[in-house]
Amino acid sequence: MIKKHSILPGFGPALGFTIFYLSLVVLIPLSALFLKSATLGWEQFWATVTAPRVLASYKLSFGTALIAALINAVFGLLVAWVLVRYNFIGKRVVDALVDLPFALPTAVAGIALTAIYADNGWIGQYLAAQGIKVAYTPLGIVVALTFIGLPFVVRTVQPVLADLDREVEEAAASLGATRWQTISRVIFPTIMPALLTGFALAFARAVGEYGSVIFIAGNMPMVSEIAPLLIITKLEQFQYAEATAIAVVMLIASFILLLAINLLQWWSRRRLA
Amino acid sequence: MSIAIRNIKKRFGQFNALNDISLDIPTGELVALLGPSGCGKTTLLRIIAGMELPDSGSIAFHGEDTTEKHTRERQVGFVFQHYALFRHMSVFDNVAFGLTVRPRASRPSKEEIRQRVMDLLKLVQLDWLAERYPHELSGGQRQRIALARALAVEPKVLLLDEPFGALDTKVRKELRRWLRRLHDEIHVTSVFVTHDQDEAMEVSDRVVVMNSGKIEQIGSPDEVYHSPATPFVYQFVGNVNLFHGRVHEGWARIGAMDIPAPDLGQATDAPAIAYVRPHDIWITREREGELCVPAVVKDISRIGSLVRVELEDEDHNEIQAELTRSGAQHLQLNAGEKVFVCPRNVKVFLEPGK
Amino acid sequence: MSNANVTAPIPRNIATREATWVRWLLIAITLVFLTAFLFVPLLSVFVEALRNGVDAYWEALKEPDALSAIKLTVLVAVIAVPLNLVFGLAAAWAIAKFEFRGKSLLITLIDLPFSVSPVIAGLVYVLLFGLQGWMGPWLAEHDIQLIFAVPGLVLATLFVTFPFIARELIPLMQEQGKEEEEAAVSLGASGWQTFWHVTLPNVKWGLLYGVILCNARAMGEFGAVSVVSGHIRGFTNTMPLHVEVLYNEYNFVAAFAVASLLALLALVTLIAKTWVEWHTQRERSAAH
Repeated sequence: MIKKHSILPGFGPALGFTIFYLSLVVLIPLSALFLKSATLGWEQFWATVTAPRVLASYKLSFGTALIAALINAVFGLLVAWVLVRYNFIGKRVVDALVDLPFALPTAVAGIALTAIYADNGWIGQYLAAQGIKVAYTPLGIVVALTFIGLPFVVRTVQPVLADLDREVEEAAASLGATRWQTISRVIFPTIMPALLTGFALAFARAVGEYGSVIFIAGNMPMVSEIAPLLIITKLEQFQYAEATAIAVVMLIASFILLLAINLLQWWSRRRLA
Repeated sequence: MSIAIRNIKKRFGQFNALNDISLDIPTGELVALLGPSGCGKTTLLRIIAGMELPDSGSIAFHGEDTTEKHTRERQVGFVFQHYALFRHMSVFDNVAFGLTVRPRASRPSKEEIRQRVMDLLKLVQLDWLAERYPHELSGGQRQRIALARALAVEPKVLLLDEPFGALDTKVRKELRRWLRRLHDEIHVTSVFVTHDQDEAMEVSDRVVVMNSGKIEQIGSPDEVYHSPATPFVYQFVGNVNLFHGRVHEGWARIGAMDIPAPDLGQATDAPAIAYVRPHDIWITREREGELCVPAVVKDISRIGSLVRVELEDEDHNEIQAELTRSGAQHLQLNAGEKVFVCPRNVKVFLEPGK
Repeated sequence: MSNANVTAPIPRNIATREATWVRWLLIAITLVFLTAFLFVPLLSVFVEALRNGVDAYWEALKEPDALSAIKLTVLVAVIAVPLNLVFGLAAAWAIAKFEFRGKSLLITLIDLPFSVSPVIAGLVYVLLFGLQGWMGPWLAEHDIQLIFAVPGLVLATLFVTFPFIARELIPLMQEQGKEEEEAAVSLGASGWQTFWHVTLPNVKWGLLYGVILCNARAMGEFGAVSVVSGHIRGFTNTMPLHVEVLYNEYNFVAAFAVASLLALLALVTLIAKTWVEWHTQRERSAAH
């Protein structure tokens, strides 16, 4: 790393400490994960991560995360829109509470959601009457992951929506566009990069989520057992290498997502400079 | 398409943005709304466009009342100060937008749209930029694209809100001449808002000078400059010298000068203000006639083709005069020199509020 | 997330407004959605906790295991938050005030823990320091226990809360530039003086914001600490882990009672966060 000249002091110590601490807390531990999985050998690694129970857990984790992120994309956009564009009583409180999933410990969210969406819960009883079972099914996982991911979408879309140039909408109206045409053809494309980023963030978070899910999921192997739970199960059986293999696959998926998010932001900054 | 504006009033909270505005804009004219910021000119333009609703009053396009009509039904072309181009669309798609959002029944075919967009891009001399995106364009190019976009819907009225305000001086001057030529070509009724008097003078057929939500004067650029109707117009349009004095039965006494003020025959010994343009101040070494006062040259500065002379009379009033270069060379003035200043075309107004 | 200015004035412009019924419909859908997913769960924590009355609630909280869980949670946060605070300041100073190659890579690496599952965060420390881990035999020889003990909890918490403060400070300090610091140095201030008297006062709200979020996550973390804790009641159970233990023992009232403390912490966090945002906005508008 080559530094350009500056009269400010402290570059060396600050950067040195940053890299030292980063290595100690994040990089070395993460590389241990890859080293450990290497002890397995390729065939054993492949056999582990393609075992039916593991595949089912991946499918469940990624599938429910995807559905939850899609729900969040729709409702997160709606919430952001309403908070930016409309006035109503209690708006400030609602706005502050949107961050609740960031602040509420996941275990608390898990037991609370289980309590209300169980068959005898406040909301669950009405859904059960319609024959919809939420708690202890994959649907429950979607509910928990939706709760976890909501602020990611709202808080990425909201500032972009607030910064939106009013005149652009007026221009569209003066050119004869209906309100719906203005929203779908002018506003939506402008906030699309932010919405995609929020979606990807919510998805990435949901894939790895553990605390809020295990209470509501039921945790039946092959049916409602998420990948992070399987890692813990393998650990408790002292199958460290297998747990590591499952984790490595998830980690690589996360890195790809992270890369996608960075590319997306780079692209939208360039495009909409 | 003519525009008839009748008794428009608009308040924003405590602020009186428009105070009973009536104005007629004949078909095909290019009219400038000129005034300082906060005078209500932009609000008036936005009311014409249907982007704001007036509290009372009416707007009619060609005799048809449009006060209640939504912006999209008014068929106005609106050009914004900051262009308001759609950033995610190419130049072509920007210009085509107004045509592609029409209901299917009245929407031109793809080929017709392509043809019309390319024609418009040729009209604004930017057809070679069709596939670019707004962020790849210069400010002047963006504003021309914004104009082409507004013209694409064949507006009955073209409204421009400080269209050159965000451009640098050189581009601004080029573009306003170009707008004038363009208007001579297409003759669409146009209203543009500006706070720049030069811009209003150079581009428009008629100038509407506004101040504090009211119209001060409506007239041709010449009329507004040479016979300002109110003290405000005098001060706002062009540089001006200001003298305090008193007026009595058609004559104003300003310092040692008696100046005829035939409009003010009714006034008896009332406080008055006299206005003189700097280029209407003559400087001589010898007294020529009654309407001259002695003064001292304070400072001489050259601004382009003009020479500005700062003087001070015996009552320590500052006087500004503008000479041509040749006139100044002929006079050979020096700072500190005693001369006579002789104002011409003096306009006297009663001092407001007294 | 960014503390954006979300209270932009609502325009009364008629050309860009939806029909009244559309507005009310959208507001209604939003409120119903947020009620089902946010408000009702929050409320239910307190209702369930008080289901058997206030006495039962207090009993659950006064229980020794609950008290030790509270102490342990605070201890972990008290160690983890300041460490990440120092790191955040160092990283932001290096990244925001200097130009060097590899900067964007460094920023990406700092964000990395956000995209790692908490369970994996715990796992990596088990692989390093656990009995079967790389350093496990050496640690066992010297009778040092990190995993299934407090140090492991701190390490896992450090990992998951790693980016919080740095992430708030970096964009803030980048935005503020380095002119003020350069002015201070040119006036003869030392590096520390510049930092204490110029940089720190300028970023105090962002810093506080980051600390609040970091603390909330540190006290509430579940997945990562669950892997390294070993669930030894009264010794390595933090509050979230204690909630799980009680819940799995069907001791719902006690579980929700402890959970209600964490929910209160969340509410305090939200209030503090809103308060800081309000201050930041006020200072910004005063500066312009």
